[in-house]
Amino acid sequence: MKPLRYLVLASLLVPLFGQAAPLKVDAVRSNVSAVFKQMNVPVEAKFRQFNALIDYDAKRPEAAKAQVNIATASLDIGDPEYNREVGKKEWFNAAQFPQASFVSTAIKPGANGTLAVTGKLTIKGKTADVAFPLTVKADGGKQVFEGQIPIRRLTFGIGEGEWSDTSMLANEVLIKFRVAAGNQ
Amino acid sequence: MTAPASLQRYSPTAIAFHWLTATLIVGTFTLGLVMTDISGLTPTKLKYFSWHKWAGVTVLILSALRLLWRLRTPAPAYPSTMPAWQHYAAHGTHALLYVLMFGVPLSGYFYTLAAGVPVVYFGLFQLPLLIEPDLALKPVLKSVHYWFSMGMAAMVVMHVAAALKHLVVDRDGITQRMLPFSTHKEHQ
Repeated sequence: MKPLRYLVLASLLVPLFGQAAPLKVDAVRSNVSAVFKQMNVPVEAKFRQFNALIDYDAKRPEAAKAQVNIATASLDIGDPEYNREVGKKEWFNAAQFPQASFVSTAIKPGANGTLAVTGKLTIKGKTADVAFPLTVKADGGKQVFEGQIPIRRLTFGIGEGEWSDTSMLANEVLIKFRVAAGNQ
Repeated sequence: MTAPASLQRYSPTAIAFHWLTATLIVGTFTLGLVMTDISGLTPTKLKYFSWHKWAGVTVLILSALRLLWRLRTPAPAYPSTMPAWQHYAAHGTHALLYVLMFGVPLSGYFYTLAAGVPVVYFGLFQLPLLIEPDLALKPVLKSVHYWFSMGMAAMVVMHVAAALKHLVVDRDGITQRMLPFSTHKEHQ
């Protein structure tokens, strides 16, 4: 009976030492938001719909991979009437580009225990390289990935025409995210 | 005008406070009606919202200074010929106007904070975030701000109507006490 017992034990241990497997994202405890400045007034707006695919093993962070897809029209700027504007052509043009995406290209150990992440950010059909520090911490049996990506909205053509005036709406926008994910 | 020369005028400070706040209140109220009438989201609308908030905060600051001044400096007395009911009506209207000079801007201030949009005075410095964004509180404060503003409009109409009555019908010199320029020699 002994070999069988080892076999059962081994099969239980395999997932722990195996390849990094995609983690399950806890949507309730995750959020992605954009912080923009309108006439110098900082406003934070959340993207209500997004999903993240995270392949991460704390022992081998450099093998980690991340992909995040965001429904652009789900940006909640605080009022149903205003939210209808978000998907329009001069903003995200959600009819043609319903998703914005981030795909990591490299993840390396960075300063102060963070991970240095580089990747490609695609919004409104335009792709730009981004680099940002990512913090990872354990919280309630989940891994929590947090970071901020500073972008310039006009790089992606967000806010065209009369909205391209950066004295009205600053070019600098900060994308903030917190993704909680676990094995189960 | 047949204003009795015996009526004392308000002090130049009180007159300056009165007309400055009056102009700002009428302007801010009008801007509030115009900006909320713009549908959708336009840069002009956002600009008007910012101006409306700056003006509202200015009204609040001026009203605080004015109230301090008013508590230290009594208003000139009404003529003895003025009936008692007019005393009560005038005091009641003035008291409500003072309450709303604080109530309207404060409700607006908390409304915008509840909506998650802080006030950056003249685009220069951010005013205190006294409450967290609160989506449940937002519609409540919105209607409080609306009805306070409408109450203020009603009180202003009452105030102006009474001032005109004293000026044109009663001709008792009461209104002249607060006019920016005296028409003839009066006691200070």
